[in-house]
Amino acid sequence: MKILIKGGRVIDPASGRDAVGDVCIADGRIAESLSGKPDRVLDAKGLVVAPGLIDLAARLREPGLEYKATLESEMDAAVAGGVTSLACPPDTDPPLDEPGLVDMLRRRAKALERARLYPVGALTVRLAGQRPTEMAELAEAGCVAFSQANAAIEDTQVLWRAMQYAATFSFPVWLRAEEPWLAKGGVAHDGEVATRLGLPGIPAFAETIALGTLLELVRATGCRLHVCRLSSAAAAAMMRSAKKEGLPVTCDVGIHHVHLCDMDLGYFDSHCRIDPPLRSGRDREALAQALAEGTIDCAVSDHTPVDEDHKQLPFAEADPGATGLELLLPLALRWGAERKLPLATTLARVTSDPARVLGVSSGRLASGAPADVIVFDPQAPFRVTPEALRSQGKNSPFLGYELAGRVRATLVAGSVVFEQR
Amino acid sequence: MQRNPQLNANGELQHLLSIEGLPREVLLQILGTAESFIGVTEREVKKVPLLRGKSVFNLFFEPSTRTRTTFEIAAKRLSADVINLNIAVSSQSKGESLLDTVANLSAMHADVFVVRHASSGAPFLIARHVKPHEHVINAGDGRHAHPTQGLLDLYTIRHYKKDFSRLTVAVVGDVLHSRVARSLIHGLTTLGTPEVRVIGPQTLLPAGVGSLGVSVFHDMREGLKGCDVVVMLRLQNERMTGALLPSAQEYFKNYGLSAEKLALAKPDAIVMHPGPMNRGVEIDSSVADGPHSVILPQVTFGIAVRMAVMSIVAGN
Repeated sequence: MKILIKGGRVIDPASGRDAVGDVCIADGRIAESLSGKPDRVLDAKGLVVAPGLIDLAARLREPGLEYKATLESEMDAAVAGGVTSLACPPDTDPPLDEPGLVDMLRRRAKALERARLYPVGALTVRLAGQRPTEMAELAEAGCVAFSQANAAIEDTQVLWRAMQYAATFSFPVWLRAEEPWLAKGGVAHDGEVATRLGLPGIPAFAETIALGTLLELVRATGCRLHVCRLSSAAAAAMMRSAKKEGLPVTCDVGIHHVHLCDMDLGYFDSHCRIDPPLRSGRDREALAQALAEGTIDCAVSDHTPVDEDHKQLPFAEADPGATGLELLLPLALRWGAERKLPLATTLARVTSDPARVLGVSSGRLASGAPADVIVFDPQAPFRVTPEALRSQGKNSPFLGYELAGRVRATLVAGSVVFEQR
Repeated sequence: MQRNPQLNANGELQHLLSIEGLPREVLLQILGTAESFIGVTEREVKKVPLLRGKSVFNLFFEPSTRTRTTFEIAAKRLSADVINLNIAVSSQSKGESLLDTVANLSAMHADVFVVRHASSGAPFLIARHVKPHEHVINAGDGRHAHPTQGLLDLYTIRHYKKDFSRLTVAVVGDVLHSRVARSLIHGLTTLGTPEVRVIGPQTLLPAGVGSLGVSVFHDMREGLKGCDVVVMLRLQNERMTGALLPSAQEYFKNYGLSAEKLALAKPDAIVMHPGPMNRGVEIDSSVADGPHSVILPQVTFGIAVRMAVMSIVAGN
């Protein structure tokens, strides 16, 4: 199958290419040129052609939580949102702590022929924070990294040993930085808004204390660490100096956290109940800046579909999380526009940068790279409504917002998996 | 930011969810209306027909005797039909969701829902889902707000001190967990009280409490100096089990109101408490029963204030 994407503004963040031109695809890979007539020509005039998005945190809710979402619904949402690769955290039911589960998930995803799925295995059995999983077995089954999702490891001895063991095999470890005792019972940033609303708070130092522990264990073990979902200005500053020091660390931020802060809770809007909590306006500003300068390597959707019954509850009782696969591109574009970044830089944070963290060869348009490509209209209005979202999760703080950026076509391995005419 | 959900398009009170965000005029309207009901509560026939034919549902998702009873009395004095639902032990334990419970009661033609819930913000969720002719009155949600208690506190202060514009008011104790404190503080600042103080150990004051417009004291003696009004907050026993406080004895020594500490306030200072009191923990009996105490009048005024609120939101 040969495809020619013709006359679009081609942006390849990895190489810095940003020019009107064609993209050729043959045998599932990007090609320099096509020998002979293409089987299909996609007209991209007036549109942007870029690598497909790589999302390092998207919950598909399978196995076990199918009432919140299914692989089918969320894979549809992914490609409609231009996400061609996604890593799924292990907090399914049961968690991804058995090679059999991982294998089944990968097979099911492959059969759907939508986005590429990269399972992240559980770091400890049942995510209970007590015993490391069979990481080598899980890696063989396809796990690309090991994580606790939002669960903590309270026992630092276990954390140390798990990181040591992962380092032995050079497995990357992806962890959130949150001190569980300090975060216990909290549902919002411990600040003026939580005080006014009478919501139990999680102080920002719950993040920095845990991050300090993680960085110290990286120094001790040499474990490659990816810190998930930074939430505070102080944590971003710590990552900046950790990188300067040369530690093998990367990090990401949830796309909601560069747009929203605790003020957006308004009158107890449970759509803003997100883990980690939305912090102050100053924190939001610092995260958006750190993402722009590259201290924060990439933005993720942190896609978490929650059914209506578990969201229409008093703030503290509502399930945390927001739907995000279909909002990642428009929200990234909005962030980039607000900071006046070149489109290539904006896109780097959701394509080539996460590809680097993941260690995959997609996320770029270089000749020979996998042909995971999107064609999108950066100006097309996108009104966020439950009907407009393919994800089974309709839970978004942006419901009712008018965003910009719509995907016209998504290709994975050279096949058109989504097309909007 | 959404419109204040308790006011309708004309700026009138549709629900009473929180004192925060209510204009001064609305607060004064409630206090004024309450004053007119004081006479009713003292008559031999203690009834007015303002809510005749209306149904008031007391929805208590958290146990309460005192507040529920005062709402019930207030509704009956307005000639409403009162239905008490102790949800803490019924539908919720059967797994019914909050909104399903409300939808079911709404189908029974309720006019007013008086809601108490352990989660901050629960009455806001209910108010977003009730029909336009239905009204929600917050009878205490989590740590967030207890607006009728705040209003009755304001009523009591006005009754004894007339004018808010020269008062120094101290709120003492567990502000962190107190919906009463939050509501009262918002009311006092809205009505122009020049100095509102909070007094307590750091562990019982929430983050950034100064942003509520109060000055913070950790030394109770210092904080009580020159006060016209001293509001003692209840210290719940469960606060002793965590890491917040070492013991009730030490708490009383530092933050309990004794006659000796009260002497630092103005000679004509009044002492208030939302009840139920823990004698010997936050307040000494000699003060609770002494000449400065207005704790029992607070309860009486509470009925008039709740009548006022219900008649304003749902009156014929």
